Amino acid sequence: MTEIFVLAEHRQGQILDITYEVLTKGKEIAEKTNAKLAVLILGKDVKEKAKTLPEYVNRVLVVEDFKLENFNSDAWIKILSNIIMEQMPLLTMMGHTSYGMECAPRLAASLGIPIATDCIDLDFEDENLVVMRQMYGGKVNVRAILKKAKSYMVTVRPGVFIARKPKIPFNGEVIEKQSLLTEEVTTKRFVEYVFPPPGEVDITVAEKLVGIGRGIKDQANMPMMEEFAKAIGAVLASTRPVIDKGWLPSDRQVGSSGKTVKPKLYFAVGISGAFQHILGMKNSDLIITINKDPKAPIFNFSDYGIVEDLFKIVPELTKRINELKG
Amino acid sequence: MDIIVCVKHVPETAEAELKISANGKTIEKTGLVFNINEWDNYAVEEAVRIKEKFGGTVTVITVGTEDSDYTIRRCLAHGADNAIRLTDPRFEGSDGYAIAKILYSIIRNLHYDLILTGSQAGDDGYSMVGPTIAEMLNIPHVVLVKKIELEAGIARVHRELEGGFEEVVEVKLPALLAVQTGINEPRYVSITSIRRAMQKEIKVMSLADTGLSENEVGEAGSWLKIEKLHAPPVEKQIEFLKGNSEEVAAKIIKILRSRGLI
Repeated sequence: MTEIFVLAEHRQGQILDITYEVLTKGKEIAEKTNAKLAVLILGKDVKEKAKTLPEYVNRVLVVEDFKLENFNSDAWIKILSNIIMEQMPLLTMMGHTSYGMECAPRLAASLGIPIATDCIDLDFEDENLVVMRQMYGGKVNVRAILKKAKSYMVTVRPGVFIARKPKIPFNGEVIEKQSLLTEEVTTKRFVEYVFPPPGEVDITVAEKLVGIGRGIKDQANMPMMEEFAKAIGAVLASTRPVIDKGWLPSDRQVGSSGKTVKPKLYFAVGISGAFQHILGMKNSDLIITINKDPKAPIFNFSDYGIVEDLFKIVPELTKRINELKG
Repeated sequence: MDIIVCVKHVPETAEAELKISANGKTIEKTGLVFNINEWDNYAVEEAVRIKEKFGGTVTVITVGTEDSDYTIRRCLAHGADNAIRLTDPRFEGSDGYAIAKILYSIIRNLHYDLILTGSQAGDDGYSMVGPTIAEMLNIPHVVLVKKIELEAGIARVHRELEGGFEEVVEVKLPALLAVQTGINEPRYVSITSIRRAMQKEIKVMSLADTGLSENEVGEAGSWLKIEKLHAPPVEKQIEFLKGNSEEVAAKIIKILRSRGLI
């Protein structure tokens, strides 16, 4: 039986959205290759969590073990490699997330299964697995082909596939698998979760945001951006490099490792548009972008674009808006 | 504490205009500025900080042509003690898996307590070289590392999840940690110190030194073969606002007003 495997991700009792995104793509590939679709869920007390999964798949493979209470990639990899070796699915899919990035490459190497990471699309063409990826921070798309094998593995970029419930529920069979973890994994130990401290402003509820990126160049230019944000009544948000430099607190970061925002206005200034950032802001109602590089990927997601030096436009715009306001 | 850091010499493309080369499989490299991969720069800084605190050595290792010496010199100036460059025309076309094999073949003969890599490379973005090397060496690994604390035989690390949320993990040494940007503030490496690092030796090794066969590296030894590069599709129909600063500002104001945003 040909089968497509999807690894379910869950944390603190919640199945994460990425699981349903990957399942949506998995269903499409299963239909095309005439394969069955299965989801794997590992953990402690996961049977209960797995209740919604049968409607998405033919089979739900549940591995219940108290030793899997918290995520530990060494334990996950041991269990997954046993199941993959035994079942030899055509394809194993997971998110290109903190889970998938930690497990998939190592699992693929240990099993000798060809892997493509961070895919934005994939398809079987004449029995070849063809994937679409990006390079250079999203500036170039790449079509690549995997070496022919019996079984493949991919990680899928979050936010690329829209999660959809199957129109006709699968009512899949729930199968319990033995964990085969004979003893505690001692190489690695989960200690605790750390939550970010609550900030002064919540960028997820602000109506207007001015997103700033690497193009700001220097911390000395921050007051200019503060002034601009104030003039249009917006809150400053940013990309990862600005946070890394400590120019804004970490709760202002927009993107896959930060927050997802959907304001009425997102003014992107000096942001080239790495996909991690795009994922967090592309659904804003109106996106206006200032960037001197006409090929910056962010322009592909913007409503209005200004190809110009931000240091010319921003002060001029601030001045004019302040004049208007009197 | 002996630390190995895997680094990569990559083009800076965040603000550069990229052209796809005639064969459609690579980008035009002329005119691009090359430097150390951003994630690796944080890894080197972290390694040097650990060495400053606990003693030991820092060895940087890379797979790349002679041009990569710029990045290696930079790492030596940054505080690394030893450097190895793996160079062979047959490495050309290697994917993340093949690169991991090449690095592993040399690392396995070195002494290390810790291996650091960047979480990803800014050019191909595989984020798979670190975990793959860890599998080959049979040592534990953690990716997306934002903080490292060392105590007797253990690294206590913070790992980035999503939404600004992290988890703390303890991992037994020797281990491989793939670091995320923002883990530290990399120190300034001056041109003068890079020039001074010119005196230090870079050990150059080739396919013969790895013990790997020709079929295990390059395109033959890779899982992924690049077929074609193309520009990403446009998702939104954009309107570019043109004119001088005053004209553009006026146009923006008109848009914002028409939508009741100012």
